[in-house]
Amino acid sequence: MKIKAKNLYKIFNGNDQEEIELLKDGMSKDDILGKTGATVGINNASFEVEEGEIFVIMGLSGSGKSTLLRCINRLVEPTSGSVEVDGTDVMDLNKEELREFRKEKFGMVFQHFALFPYRTVLENAEFGLEIEGVDKETRKEKAMTALKQVGLEGYEDQMPDQLSGGMQQRVGLARALAVDTDILLMDEPFSALDPLIKKDMQDKLLELYEHIDKTIVFITHDLDEALKLGDRIAIMKDGEIVQVGNHEEILTNAENDYVAEFVQDVNRSRVLTAEDIMDKPEAVLYKQDGLRTALHKMRRNELGSIFVLGENREYRGIVTIEDVVESINKDKENLDDIIKEVPLAEPDESVNDLFSKIADIDTPLPVLDKNNKLKGVIVKTHVVANLASEKV
Amino acid sequence: MVIIINSIIELLTTKIPLGNWVENLVNFLINNFSGPLNNFSSFIEFIVNGIESILAFPHPLVLIAIFAVAAWKLKGKNMAIFVALGLSLVLNLGMWEPLVITLASIITSVLIALFIGIPIGIIKAHNKVVDLITRPILDFMQTIPPFVYLIPALMFFGLGNVSGVIATVVFAIAPPIRLTYLGIKQVDEELEEAGHAFGANWWQILLKIELPGAMPSIMMGINQCIMLSLSMVVIAAMIGAGGLGKPVLRSLNVVDIGLGFEAGLGVVIIAMVLDRMFGRDS
Repeated sequence: MKIKAKNLYKIFNGNDQEEIELLKDGMSKDDILGKTGATVGINNASFEVEEGEIFVIMGLSGSGKSTLLRCINRLVEPTSGSVEVDGTDVMDLNKEELREFRKEKFGMVFQHFALFPYRTVLENAEFGLEIEGVDKETRKEKAMTALKQVGLEGYEDQMPDQLSGGMQQRVGLARALAVDTDILLMDEPFSALDPLIKKDMQDKLLELYEHIDKTIVFITHDLDEALKLGDRIAIMKDGEIVQVGNHEEILTNAENDYVAEFVQDVNRSRVLTAEDIMDKPEAVLYKQDGLRTALHKMRRNELGSIFVLGENREYRGIVTIEDVVESINKDKENLDDIIKEVPLAEPDESVNDLFSKIADIDTPLPVLDKNNKLKGVIVKTHVVANLASEKV
Repeated sequence: MVIIINSIIELLTTKIPLGNWVENLVNFLINNFSGPLNNFSSFIEFIVNGIESILAFPHPLVLIAIFAVAAWKLKGKNMAIFVALGLSLVLNLGMWEPLVITLASIITSVLIALFIGIPIGIIKAHNKVVDLITRPILDFMQTIPPFVYLIPALMFFGLGNVSGVIATVVFAIAPPIRLTYLGIKQVDEELEEAGHAFGANWWQILLKIELPGAMPSIMMGINQCIMLSLSMVVIAAMIGAGGLGKPVLRSLNVVDIGLGFEAGLGVVIIAMVLDRMFGRDS
C-alpha cells in the first residue's frame, strides 16, 4: 500500500475536538457551521492508494477533495487522523523532516498551474531540483528530460505567459516529473483548460503513465475525466468519502442517492446501447480454419481471444489463445473442441445492463443481431473509454 | 456634583505637557547616548564624504559620460542623450559642485532607507505583530511635517549633512517598507504553496518566490524613495546640508529669482535622470 489515510478530519476555525465529537454523533456539516461557526473540511475520510495506480478523488466544489489531497503532503494540517506514505506516518514528521519527505516523495501539479512568471520554462521545470540543491548541470539535464517527456522541447527559453494554457500545464507537469518522486499529486490539473486541450492532456497523462513508474492521486470534479483516468475512484460529498470503487462499481452499484445522481447527471450510459459502443470485429475465424490459422490471426491482431463464425457468418462461439496453444501442443487440429460459449448482447441492449455482463468475463462480449450474425464486439477496456470520450 | 464637574473642566482645560515630554525625551537621549550618537554621526558622515569624493574625483565631463553610458545600457539611446544634455546644462550653470554634494547625500539616504526599509517590509509581511506596530509609525512618519523632526535631528547630529541625511531617511523610508510589504502580500498564494509542496524552506520561499514576485513593487518603492529624498533637498539645506538646496534657500533670502531658478532646475534635472534610470519602465 502506497498511501494509507485513516480517519482523517479537518475542521477550519473550530475547537477541533468538539466538532469531531459532533460529527461522530451524526451532526451534519451545515448544522455544525450554524452551531459552532466551524467549517468541516474533511469528515472521517479513510482510503488507500495502491502502488502504481491512478487514484481519482472526485467531488463537486466544496466537497473537500482539494483539502483531502493536501492532507497527504500536509500542505493542509489534518485536525486528526493519520496518513501513512510508504509506511511513514506523515503526521509524526517535524517541520524539517516534512520538508525532506516532500522533496523525496511528492511532485505536485496545481489547478492554476502555479508557474513562476519571472522564470523561463526551463527554470520553472528546474524549480524542485533547485530546492533539493541539485547542481546546475544535472538540474538542467533532468529538467530537459522532463520537458521532452511532456512534449515541450524547444520551448525551454520561453516565459510562461507566452504559452497557451495547455502548454503552461505541461510545464507544471514537467516540474513535477523532474523531481522524480514516486507520487504525483494532481489538483484538478485540467479543469482550467478548454475541452479539446483537456482531452489532449488526459491522453498525454495516460501515455506518460505507461512509461513512468508513479502512483498518481488525481482530483477532479468531472466524472468523465475520473472514468477515463482512474483505476479507482473515490467520490466525496461534504467532506466525506461516500464511495470508493472501480468504474463498474461506481457506475452500476451507486452506494447511495448522491452517487447515483452524480453518475446519472454526467453519464451517458443510460441512453447508450450496445450498438453505440461496440467495435467492429477486427478479425474473426471461420469454422473451417485450423488451429494454426487461429494462432496466426490472433498474434497478428494482438488479440487474446477470437470469435468463430460458421456458414453465412453465423456466430458460433469464441476461442482463447491459451486453449489454442494448448491444443497445438497436444497435436490437435480441430477448433471445434475448444469453442466456448460466452454471454451474448443484443444491439439495442442498454449499456447499464452490459456492465454486469462484462464484469464477469475475461473475453470481449459479442453483439448479435436477430439472425445470429456477429454485428460487433464489446471490449471491456473500450467501454469506459468510449463513455468518457465525446465519441458518441 | 459641582465639584466633580469643576474638576472635569479643570482636567480638560489643563494642557497635557506633551511637548515637554518629547523635549525631555530628546534631552535624555542626548545626555545619555551622546557616544553612540556621535559614532553613528561620523559613520554617516564618512559614507557621504566617501561617495562625494568618488563622484568629485573624475572631471565632470568624464562623470557625465559615465552617466550617459549607464543610461544607454539601462534605458537606451534617447535616455543617454537626455542625461548628457541635462547634466551638461547643470555644469554650464555652475551648479556642478552642489549637484555632486546633493547626489552624495541622496545616495547615502536612499541606501540607508533601503537597507533598513526592505527588511522591515519583509518582516512586516510575515509577522502580524510587526505589521500592527509599524502601521501607525509609518502613518506618523509620512504625515508629520518634516520641519517638526528637523529640530531633534539638529540636536542629535548638529548642523550639517548628517542631520540632512537622517531627516531625509525618516521622510523617504515609508515607501520601500510599504511597497515591499505590499509586493510580498500580493504574491499568488498558489505559488507559495507550490514552493512548500516541493519542500522549500523559509529562505528558499523568500528568495525564490516572494522577492522575485514582489520585485516590480519593490522597484516602485525604490523609485519613490529616491523621489522623496530629492524633495527633501531644500528642507535639508535649512539644517545645514550642502548641495543644490543651499542656493535655493539663499535665493529665497535675497529674492534672487535667477539663482533660485538655476538651482531649482538642477534639482529637477537630477530628479528626472534618477527617476528615469531607476524604475518606471516606459
